[in-house]
Amino acid sequence: MSLSFQVKTWRDDFNLDVAFETEARVVAVVGASGAGKTTLLEGLAGFGTVEAARLVVDGEVLVDTASGLAPPPHRRSLGHVFQDGRLFPHLSVGANIAFVQPYVPNAMAPAEALRLVDLAGYENRWPGSLSGGEARRVAVARALAGRPRLLLLDEPFTGLDRRRRTNLIDHLVRLRDQTGTPMLIVSHDERDFEDLAGAILTIESGRAVA
Amino acid sequence: MFEPLSPFEADALWLSLKVAAGSLIVTAPIALALAWILARGRFPGKWLVEVLVNLPLVLPPVVTGLFLLMVFGVRGPVGGWLRESFGVTLAFHWTGAALAAAVMALPLVVRPMRLSFEAVDQRLEQAAASLGAPPLHVFARISLPLAAPGIVAGLMLGFARAFGEFGATVTFAGSIPGETQTLPVAIYTSLQRANGEPAAIRLAVLSVLVSVVALVVTERMNSRAHQGRRQG
Repeated sequence: MSLSFQVKTWRDDFNLDVAFETEARVVAVVGASGAGKTTLLEGLAGFGTVEAARLVVDGEVLVDTASGLAPPPHRRSLGHVFQDGRLFPHLSVGANIAFVQPYVPNAMAPAEALRLVDLAGYENRWPGSLSGGEARRVAVARALAGRPRLLLLDEPFTGLDRRRRTNLIDHLVRLRDQTGTPMLIVSHDERDFEDLAGAILTIESGRAVA
Repeated sequence: MFEPLSPFEADALWLSLKVAAGSLIVTAPIALALAWILARGRFPGKWLVEVLVNLPLVLPPVVTGLFLLMVFGVRGPVGGWLRESFGVTLAFHWTGAALAAAVMALPLVVRPMRLSFEAVDQRLEQAAASLGAPPLHVFARISLPLAAPGIVAGLMLGFARAFGEFGATVTFAGSIPGETQTLPVAIYTSLQRANGEPAAIRLAVLSVLVSVVALVVTERMNSRAHQGRRQG
């Protein structure tokens, strides 16, 4: 298992230049808000323009702008759990998870993905009827259903109380062990990752801090 | 007052429905594309597209009809070409009435569509892309259904506008019974005749009925769409 990435970009008067390499399967990206954590994820996911971006998972080069490999977001095979969940309000939980099916031939069935996050039987629920923690887990299941090469999680714990936070971390630990999907988790709180992350990348004002 | 419809009235009603439906079929895809471009596009000359789309709203309908006659009339550049290449004549034909109604309805159809596209959360579109959906799929599976209420509202407004169109229609398509004499044109023609007022009033009641039915149907469709979203 190896993961290496680099993003160099500038937005308004903000510069981001971060490169990181690790053998760990789960990387925690920490730093104060405004440090550039979300910008890093967006740069890897292909949202917005970057000066340079490179992403290598297990030796497979997914993105390398220097050699002209810069696929659009929908062709990067990344799972993205957004800060605000972003479940599609007009689709049931099951349909949210099945959304990926036309694009990934071996996508997980909604039932299977929901089992992974302990929400079996939630297929026919509607996003509006879920608690914050449930919605977050459905978002994780949806991102996992496409069997991504790398799962990006942007502040997955914000807005959750202590119990739900611990619960979601437990789920992510289990996912790490069951699916082996590498993860990049952004948070502003280092304590989130004691059990979860094998490596920590700290960003300050757009630069990696050792 | 409550006698069955005369052939003259039935013709006008049927023709109005045909013209309004025909104009919507022409307008709907164009309006959708324009609404999307205006809501999300950033390109030079966008203001010009906006002006052109909204022009029929501020021009006197007769002027719009005159422009149509100049462009799509048998001696107009497009009209002449259509006639020579395909044997199609729009002016003074029901298809011409539909074209006039379509042009007049366009700004009213585009506006609510555009507003509801603008209201669609772009972060949801990003989420859809992250799940592998190419842009056209994002549009069809996320933006379009989320904007559905505005799209229905736009089509409804467009139908009402097309159904009631008078000025541009009469200028471009004339008032030929059974061909271009739609309900509003028939009402006007009836009023021009001696003792034509009762006939005009019957036609007016007819057009009110159609409009009310259209309104009720749209409301139903919209509230059903909302309920589906809440409960499944």
